[in-house]
Amino acid sequence: MEFGPFLLLAVMEGLVGAAVLALTASGLSLVFGVMRVVNVAHGEFFMLGAVAAWFVSQWVPGPPGLAFAVALVACPLLVAGLAALADGLVLKRLAYEPEATIIATIGLLYILQQAALSLYGPEARPVPPPFEARLQLPWFGWSGYKLFVIGAAGAVLAGLWLLLSRSRIGLVMRATQVDRETATAFGIDVDRVYAATFALGAGLAAIAAVLIVPIQQAHYLMGGDPLLLSFIVVVIGGLGSLRGTLVAALLIGLSDGVISTFFEPTLAKILATLLVALVLVFRPQGLFGARA
Amino acid sequence: MLTLEGVDAGYGRVQVLRGLSFAAQAGEVTCVMGRNGAGKTTMLRAIMGQIPLTAGRIALDGQRLDGLPAHRIPRLGIGYVPQGRRLFGPLTVAENLEIGLMTRGHGARTRERVLDLFPRLRERLGQTASTLSGGEQQMLAIGRALCLEPKVMLLDEPTEGLQPSMIALIRDTVRTLRGMGVAVVLVEQRIEAVLELADRVAFVETGQVAETLPAADLTPAAPQFARYVGV
Ligand SMILES: Nc1ncnc2c1ncn2[C@@H]1O[C@H](COP(=O)(O)OP(=O)(O)O)[C@@H](O)[C@H]1O
Ligand SMILES: [Mg+2]
Repeated sequence: MEFGPFLLLAVMEGLVGAAVLALTASGLSLVFGVMRVVNVAHGEFFMLGAVAAWFVSQWVPGPPGLAFAVALVACPLLVAGLAALADGLVLKRLAYEPEATIIATIGLLYILQQAALSLYGPEARPVPPPFEARLQLPWFGWSGYKLFVIGAAGAVLAGLWLLLSRSRIGLVMRATQVDRETATAFGIDVDRVYAATFALGAGLAAIAAVLIVPIQQAHYLMGGDPLLLSFIVVVIGGLGSLRGTLVAALLIGLSDGVISTFFEPTLAKILATLLVALVLVFRPQGLFGARA
Repeated sequence: MLTLEGVDAGYGRVQVLRGLSFAAQAGEVTCVMGRNGAGKTTMLRAIMGQIPLTAGRIALDGQRLDGLPAHRIPRLGIGYVPQGRRLFGPLTVAENLEIGLMTRGHGARTRERVLDLFPRLRERLGQTASTLSGGEQQMLAIGRALCLEPKVMLLDEPTEGLQPSMIALIRDTVRTLRGMGVAVVLVEQRIEAVLELADRVAFVETGQVAETLPAADLTPAAPQFARYVGV
């Protein structure tokens, strides 16, 4: 293949990664922004979404499209419910103390991972895509499903944006993010806001996983990469800034796709980590974050 | 009526309020005076449920407030204008007011009344709160609390650092509230303002209300001012 089409292919592959990363990272960013909790178990919620999608694909009869539709709704809800439970059982009891919650979510990471290993096993298993369609370009053919992933992720992110900027729950979340005590003095039940935020953050990771699992198999250790990349994105974009998260996800996802295609996936990770180091040194508030 | 009886409260192991008793009546302005660090802000925070009591009780019209989850207290009709304003800075003026309206489920009518009281806010509804001038920020802090249609209004040094025209506007607002039958608790350090506005004055010293007097019994030369405020 010539360079031009090859680059186009790399960019398109990168866009798929960027779309899924934007979803996952916006969940991490939201939880950190509103709750000041660094959720180390975020990648495990992603993994649970993928594993749950595999179970759904086994249990729901009929065409793969139906099982996929069920998984796209049910798995994020299930994972969000689990996250709300973890919030009430663990984080709330630690009074959301930043250091304590880091340790606690590391513990949660291992619990969820081992639970998946016991229930799901060590195998990597594919989930059939909901439909087979090929997008035929003059130079190469491309999976229509990947195009769907980009579109679906874009739609969910647009919905998230509307939720945060236009809805009452979004307003309440933003007020809580600014000043938890004053929010309480105006009748906001911060415990409920935190449970909802933690659930939403985990649910976003699960949606990303359900979307990606027909392309990338479900495995109990699959949470590591999304966690690392989400951290990179959140640091570069600026902690707690959703716009920064989206821009950084696009940047990291695209460059990851392009560099992985032309060179090595490892090089892509090295460069991304280097970029994080540079941002931390020269612009610690992130590219879009407000100065603390 | 808002009452505090024998309240002990503080921060962790540091006790600040020591058997504090206080009352505020509907349709009256009760001014709270005392030196820096006497515990005035801590008293208001205890009323709002932001710090737990270790002894004593707080009640509004006979209903116990202490022990309630903090977010339930404003819903009973207590509007709070904290020291330093504590606006939601990145949110717009309209959104800050919306938070106040949501507290007790008030709607457009209440919002209009508040905006009629502070027309400057109406011109700036879409503006981010942190970009307002100091005086406008204080109007918004008061307006946000008025959106609760409160029975009790707690104002913690609302005129601190403001220019005279703004101070006059805030004093007018306090009088309006009194006229509406609200129980106003006003932490204020300026003697002339207290003498002009107050029905009652409570002097706070080391976490206690040391003395409460009708404002009519006080003059600028009253010994209480020298003793508790240090002028
Ligand atoms: N968050 C806090 N943690 C610990 N001590 C505090 C805190 N806030 C206030 N204090 C202490 O409580 C005492 C009373 O403070 P405060 O109620 O703010 O006084 P005032 O409003 O009368 O100036 C002071 O000694 C102050 O240092
Ligand atoms: Mg004070």
